[in-house]
Amino acid sequence: MSGPGEQCGLDRLLHVDPRDAGCDHARQVLHAYAELIQQGDRTATDRYPEVAAHLAACGPCEQDLEGLLRLLNDPE
Amino acid sequence: MEPTETLAERPLDPASAAWVRDLTAEGARRENAVRRVHALLLGACRAELGRRAPRAGLTGPDVDDLATQAAADATLRVLAKLERFRGESRFTTWAYAFAVFEVSTVLGRHWRRTHERVEITQDLWDALPDRLGAGPEEVVEARELVGLLQQAVERELTPRQRALFLAVVVERVPLDALVDELGTTRGAVYKTVFDARRKIRQFLVANGYAVPKGGRP
Repeated sequence: MSGPGEQCGLDRLLHVDPRDAGCDHARQVLHAYAELIQQGDRTATDRYPEVAAHLAACGPCEQDLEGLLRLLNDPE
Repeated sequence: MEPTETLAERPLDPASAAWVRDLTAEGARRENAVRRVHALLLGACRAELGRRAPRAGLTGPDVDDLATQAAADATLRVLAKLERFRGESRFTTWAYAFAVFEVSTVLGRHWRRTHERVEITQDLWDALPDRLGAGPEEVVEARELVGLLQQAVERELTPRQRALFLAVVVERVPLDALVDELGTTRGAVYKTVFDARRKIRQFLVANGYAVPKGGRP
């Protein structure tokens, strides 16, 4: 359940961000979110705060985003 | 846990429009497009599995086998959900997302095939602060916290919350392995653990533990 950030895992474990929209919603919009980031659009986290909150707490979804960005930057 | 924004529909870019046109055509044109989507996703799945292989303990033959499975499933997903594609991103970005999701699914399934679930012991609890990255100066406090966490888990959680919290946080079972085991979605497992974390946080606050303030780390 870890995600990016500078806090230790115990602190992160106890963070429950009410903006966190969960995995299902994050998966629905991850393609659009990733493309904004890839294009250097800094509004991604402002436009999708619920996704940003989720990605900060959900390691598996953060991994998915990382993989998607890798594919966008180095397409097969 | 409520989404605050939905995606805005945009006109398709020319390349995406061509993909949709070909995939919704009939006969040889569609078959050719399906083959191209499959090839695109097979490459994506191979790359993504290659990226995750070291952490998952995968070797070459496993990577190829799992990539083949994931690409086949991702292709089916793309075809099944094509009518939902609204151009919020390029078609290939949208399709790559399914490749990444299916890689997560096959890795969860692979973990289950190669790992045994273990009993939750006190040793696992005691190892929690180290595993969660508590620094040396935090270990004493972290050990006290573990005691409170155990009380919260026993007293505050429903049986399902308890089982999933223990599996994810203490036993460190990957979320996608639990998804495979329970035949549910990642979102459902995450929500259950999220609710468990919220209850535990409330218990800790009620018992005088100075938990960090909420909000994004």
